[in-house]
Parts: sequence; structure tokens; C-alpha cells
Amino acid sequence: MSEYAIELKNITKRFGTIVANDNVSMGVRKGEILALLGENGSGKTTLMNMISGIYYPDEGHIFLDGQEVKIASPKDALALGIGMVHQHFKLVDVLTATENIILGLPGKLNICEAEEKIRTICDKFGFIIDLKKKVYEMTVSEKQTVEIVKVLYRGANILILDEPTAVLTPQEAERLFLVMWRMRNDGKAVIIITHKMHEVKEVSDRVVVLRKGRYVGEMDTGDCDVQRMTDMMVGRSVSLNITRKTPVDPKPRIEVEHLTIRDDEGVVKIDDISFTANSGEILGIAGVSGCGQKELLEAIAGLQKHVDGEVRYIEDDGSKTDLLKMSAQKISEKGIALSFVPEDRLGMGLVANMNIAENMMIRSFRNGPIVEEAVERNKAEALRKLRRDLNPFTDRKSPRKLAETVVKDLNVVTPSITTPVKNLSGGNVQKILVGREIASKPKVLLTAYAVRGLDINSSYQIYELINKQKEEGTAVVYVGEDLDVLLELSDRILVLCGGKVSGIIDGPGADKNQVGLMMMSVEGGKDEN
Amino acid sequence: MIDLIAFIPRAIGQSVPLLYGCTGEIITEKSGNLNLGIPGVMYVGAISGVIGAFAYEQATKGGNFIPALGIAIPLLCSLVGSLLMGLLYCFLTVTLRANQNVTGLAMTTFGVGFGNFFGGSLIKLSGSDVPTISLSKTSNCFSASLPFADNLGWFGKIFLSYGFLAYIAFILAIYAGFALKKTRIGLHLRAVGENPGTADAAGIDVSRYKYFATCIGCMVAGLGGLYYVMDYASGIWSNDAFGDRGWLAIALVIFCIWKPGIGILASILFGGLYIIYLYIPAGIDHMELKELYKMIPYVVTMIVLVITSMRNKRDNQPPASLGIPYFREER
Repeated sequence: MSEYAIELKNITKRFGTIVANDNVSMGVRKGEILALLGENGSGKTTLMNMISGIYYPDEGHIFLDGQEVKIASPKDALALGIGMVHQHFKLVDVLTATENIILGLPGKLNICEAEEKIRTICDKFGFIIDLKKKVYEMTVSEKQTVEIVKVLYRGANILILDEPTAVLTPQEAERLFLVMWRMRNDGKAVIIITHKMHEVKEVSDRVVVLRKGRYVGEMDTGDCDVQRMTDMMVGRSVSLNITRKTPVDPKPRIEVEHLTIRDDEGVVKIDDISFTANSGEILGIAGVSGCGQKELLEAIAGLQKHVDGEVRYIEDDGSKTDLLKMSAQKISEKGIALSFVPEDRLGMGLVANMNIAENMMIRSFRNGPIVEEAVERNKAEALRKLRRDLNPFTDRKSPRKLAETVVKDLNVVTPSITTPVKNLSGGNVQKILVGREIASKPKVLLTAYAVRGLDINSSYQIYELINKQKEEGTAVVYVGEDLDVLLELSDRILVLCGGKVSGIIDGPGADKNQVGLMMMSVEGGKDEN
Repeated sequence: MIDLIAFIPRAIGQSVPLLYGCTGEIITEKSGNLNLGIPGVMYVGAISGVIGAFAYEQATKGGNFIPALGIAIPLLCSLVGSLLMGLLYCFLTVTLRANQNVTGLAMTTFGVGFGNFFGGSLIKLSGSDVPTISLSKTSNCFSASLPFADNLGWFGKIFLSYGFLAYIAFILAIYAGFALKKTRIGLHLRAVGENPGTADAAGIDVSRYKYFATCIGCMVAGLGGLYYVMDYASGIWSNDAFGDRGWLAIALVIFCIWKPGIGILASILFGGLYIIYLYIPAGIDHMELKELYKMIPYVVTMIVLVITSMRNKRDNQPPASLGIPYFREER
């Protein structure tokens, strides 16, 4: 009899020439929450996919309660009581919560009976869901709840959660942790894939660290500190301090006045807000997910349709232009770059089937081949414009060069720059997107969730890039999820709550609790002030 | 004006092949397979039945023609013919993951050619003077209506004057609608068409569902061809007579937003539009008007496609992964 509920021994998995998992051995006990920690592309998800039957290991053995098992399909995994909640939810949009939960099960269809059973589970672990709601109408958090209930409904004793908090607000994450503890106390084995240190410390009993597809080590959470975990994860010590230089000569660049944004259904997403973004300064935007950050950035970039108010772009000489009356293409020609990393990473900005160089070209395809010496001359800009208008061919050389630079500078793990981006891991995809936007040397850089799902090392590379942009005089608007980072990186912080501005505070010296309160409610934040 | 009592039975008779094709294609599309081979499948379904019926009629020439066999043999031949088409389509698109549009179009071309080739051959064999085969004995079995239908006046004419395949078409459509909504197999099938990755993760055998749904869909569609020859056309096969009903059936699928129940009404509407030119008096002087009237179903199809493409409710959209082959390890 093994002490482990499930144990992996010497697991190896290769994709072509890339070794995703190299001789990994680990196990999880009953009544334990195990954190699986590792950088992006360290093979955490691949390893877990082999337990849940999505992939089949090339080498190695899997033991369930000491018995060797073959898990050839998700069906096998479920039959063995193994359930995985994927990072990308596996839900059918047009079906209801109940239909999704019972999907794939045998027997006669009886919705009422199923709902009864689901309610019992929800009561036991403290989930709140509307069973009749269709998935496409749900928030991310609701979808995740459906996913977890789905796995429990099948009687899973081993639960794998792949970066479950990446898409949740802090409050939602807390609720999830509560549920996880209840599951642990119920005797279930829970594995949580994550790269957020504080979560590891808060929720897990034990932590296993992977690096570059290999098992590095494990320890009891009680015995470890953040520094040690980071060292194991990245293989070397990473400075935890984000540099923040005092802005040099900030001047107003973007002026927003009485901006109101509605979505297609007429729901107000941003409600009469005003602020200024300065050149050479990072304006952080804090707020819980869905409070209008995305809409705000899109409105400035010209991607929102139902917009009232004024958004003015201020040139170096002080002249102003109204961005709301301009097309997205004109705005981007002004030097306003939007790098928005959506939840699925690929949805906006990159084309999955195109390779890295081609994706670089999405920004520059209107430019004809540029003779470099000509650009250096005075009339460069005029010449470039002329060439763009006259030349029917697009410039392929510089995007290739750019792709190579981005891959090299940001340590993108890829076989070559001609690899389709869909074959790269999420973090690497993101580096390419952010790298490309920054490379266009924007006057204004709008960036949302630039480090979403990235490991510490790559996150810092992105912070450095953003800081460099700021030093070069770019007005940076930074929407982030991690409040700590936002507080350390931003020169000023605009706090949004339900589409309203609940306050604009200076970055240095800002108090996390205060910002948190402001994020939660306008009134509460004001009371604290 | 239009003689409704004469028009409605003809419209319904005309609608049955469309309904078979539409139901079959809905079942297929719900699995995420966009089978544009349906027109070809319906041709094969028809000619397979004709071959079976022809063989049986020849074998019993002057002998003992048993009506039960007269129905069973063509029916079986038709089902097998369209099943083989379905298997071919699945093998190409599901197993080999070939492009569904190209495969479907190729199968339509193939099916029509197959039908005309064997049709032409049989016409030669039968040695008839006109380019048609007449299978009157078989047709009599297929188009037999209830004996007392004639005594019930307009009610009998409108509701009871059809062969059994017509009723099966309506029953199948209603059952398909029920099965898709209310049974577990239907739920799984919808999941496969919407999001095969999810269905796979939930332990549903995606390929199996695609195979079964497509093959059953093809068999249902093939019956439409059989009905057309044996009942509607009174057992007379002539090359290309089936026309473009297969394409109309595919358009109907979009029109009825993938709901077989609505498909019944839609097919009757289109069946009526298809033959309405025969019932609008145009007079001898204006024969050209008739040609314009013949355009009505196609014009309506285009209008309908414009209208239906404007709807934006998520539930009324095509299955999300329609036309996309599924491969588990692809991201």
C-alpha cells in the first residue's frame, strides 16, 4: 500500500524535439493540497494532462493507491476518480450549468434528479451556482465553479486545478481556497498548479517544484519561504524589487474628460470618468476584473463603439486632437499602441496559425520595404509614407529581424521564428505580443495584463521593458492584476470601481489596503481617505 | 385562384424529400460535420433503391411479386447506399481529417454522377424507348395510402393521401427534435458539435459520435431520394430529375436554425414554393412569367439566409465547431 493517492514515476513526455517532461516523479496524498510550482513552460500542465488522460506519457508509470494504472483517455481518468479543471474551461457555451455538469455520463437523461444531486454537492462544499444559466452568460468565476462541481459530481477523489486563480478577483480566490480546504478535509487529494507564491503559502500543504520539465524538489509549505521557492523555481536568485525611477519632466499626453462607455447592450461600462496620462510616467489602473479597465483602454485605442465624452491626444507642442473621432488605424499611426492580453492570450493581437515573424508583420504590413539609409536621412518620414503608398509589396525583412530580437531579448522558448504561435506555451505567446507592441516605439503604450500567467522571470523582463519605455518618454497606461506589482511599478494609480473612478493616488507610498478598499467600493474608499 | 385542395398535397409531397435531407443534415451538422455531400447522398439513396427495385421486378417478371419484399429490398438498398456514402465522408473527414467542404462537394459531384451512370445503364438494360425506367409495381407499394382515405373528402386528400415514407419523414423529424433536446445521446451530440475538446474531456467518444451522426444523417437523407423516385415520381427514374433539392435541404437547415421541428414547417413552405409556378395562372401569352415563378424558392432562400444571418442570439447560431476537424493533441 502506497502512501500516495496517486503517484507518478519517471514520467517523460516529448512533443517533437521538445521534451516537455523529463523523468518526473512525484505523488500526492489523500487529504492534502499539493502545489505544483514552476515557471511558464516548465511542464506543469503537460504533466497534469497525463494524469487526466489528455496526453499519454512516452515513458514512465502512474500508480493509483499503489496499483499501476494506464490512463489512455479522459474517460479512464474520470473512471479512476481523477478530475482536472483546465485553465481554458472545457465547457459548452450553449448548454446550461446542469447540462455541462452531467455531460458525458451514461444513463437516461433526468435533469431534475441531476439538479438535486448537484445541489447536495454545492451545499456540502459551499458553491453558489445558478443551474439553469447558460455558460455563455456566465462570468469567469461562475464558469470555474461549474467546472469544479462537474469534477466533483463525477465522484473525483483527486482534483487538479490548473492556475485556478489567474482569472479570479482576490475575493473569488479566497472563496475558492475555502472550497479547497473543505475538499481536503473531506479526504480528497487536491493539486493546484500555480506560480503565485502567496497562494502556495496560503493554500497548500506541500509544494513540488518543476523547472524546464524536470522535478527540482519538494518541501512542506510550512518550512519554506518565498525566496527559497523562487530560487528552486528559476534556478537562481531573482531580485524581488521592481525599480521605479522618478518621472522626468512629465507632460500631459492623453486627456480623458467625462468619458462614458456603453457595451452593445447599452450597459454602462465606464461612467463619466476623467483623468490625464502623462508622458514619461506609468499610470497604473487598479480594479477588480470587469470593472471597465478593458473597455477604457479599448476606447482610447479606438476600438469601442458607444462612447461619449472626450479623449484628447496632446502633441509635444501642446496642440490637441480628439481621438474619439479617429479610426483605430489613424490612432495607431499617432503612436498609440495597445497590447491587451486577453484571458485566452491568443484572442486579440496574435494569429494562432501564423508564425512569430508573420505575427510581427501584423503591425507593419502596410509598410513597404524601407531602404535603411533613406530612413536615416531627413526626409525619411516623407519617403516612408511615399513608399508605403506606392509600393505594392510588404516589408518582410524587418518583421523577421524584429522577431529574432524579441525571441532573443525576452528569452522566448521556441524552435524557430517560423514556428506557429499556437505551438508555443502561453507565456511565450504573451512575450511575443508585448514585445511587438513595445518595439513599435509608441508614444502611448496601453497595456493590460501584460504579465498574466507569466513566471517571475519573464514578468520582470516585461516590467523592465515598460520602465524603459517610461524613461524614453512614453506615456504608459498599465492595467494589472497583481496589486503588489501595480503599487511598485506605477507612478500614479487610478482606481476603478464599477466603471467609476474611486480615486487617483500617487504610486510611491500608496497603501495596499487603501487601494483594495477603493477597488471594492467608491464610498468605502472615500471614507478611508 | 390557387386550388388549395390540389396544391397542398402536392406541396407536402414535394416537401418530404426536403424534410428528409434537412433532418439528415441537422443530425450530421449537430456533430460538427458540415456535409455538403447531401445532394449526392440523396442521389445515391435514390438510385440504390431503384437498382434494388429494378432487380426485384426483373426477377419476379411474370412471377410472384410480394409487396413486402417490394418495399423491403429497395428500402434496404437505399439505406446501404447512403450509409456507404456516409462512411466514406466520415473516413475522409473524421479519420483522415480532410477538409469538409471539399470532401462534401466532391461527394455531391460523385453521387450525382453515380446516380446518372447507373440510371443510364439501367435504362439501357430495360431497353425502353424513353430515357426513363418505370418501376410501377414497386411504386404502387410505396405510394399506397390508407384504403379509406379517398372517402374522407378534403381531409383525406390533405392528410391521408401519402405513402408511408412521407409519414416516416415527419415522425423522424419530430423524433430527432426530441432526441436532440431531451436525451443524453442528443446532449452529447450537441456537445460534440459545439466543442469537441470539451466533449472529449468529458469522456465522450468524439469520433464515434461524428461517425454515427453522419452515417445516420446520410441514411435519413438517402430516404428522401428514395421517396422522391418511388412515391412522388411514381417510380419513374430519369437522370437529373431529382434536381437541386439536396441544396435546398441544406439551405433549410440554416433556415430552421438547426431545429428539426421548425424543419417540418420550413420544408412544407419550400415544397410549396418549389411547385407554386404550376398553380399560378400565367396564361399562354406570358410563358416567361412561369420561369420567373420558378425562381421563387431560390429568391426566398437568399432572403432567408440574409435574415437568419442577422440573428444574434447565441442559441440560434450554427454548432460552434461546424466544419472544423477535431484532433485531440492540437491546441
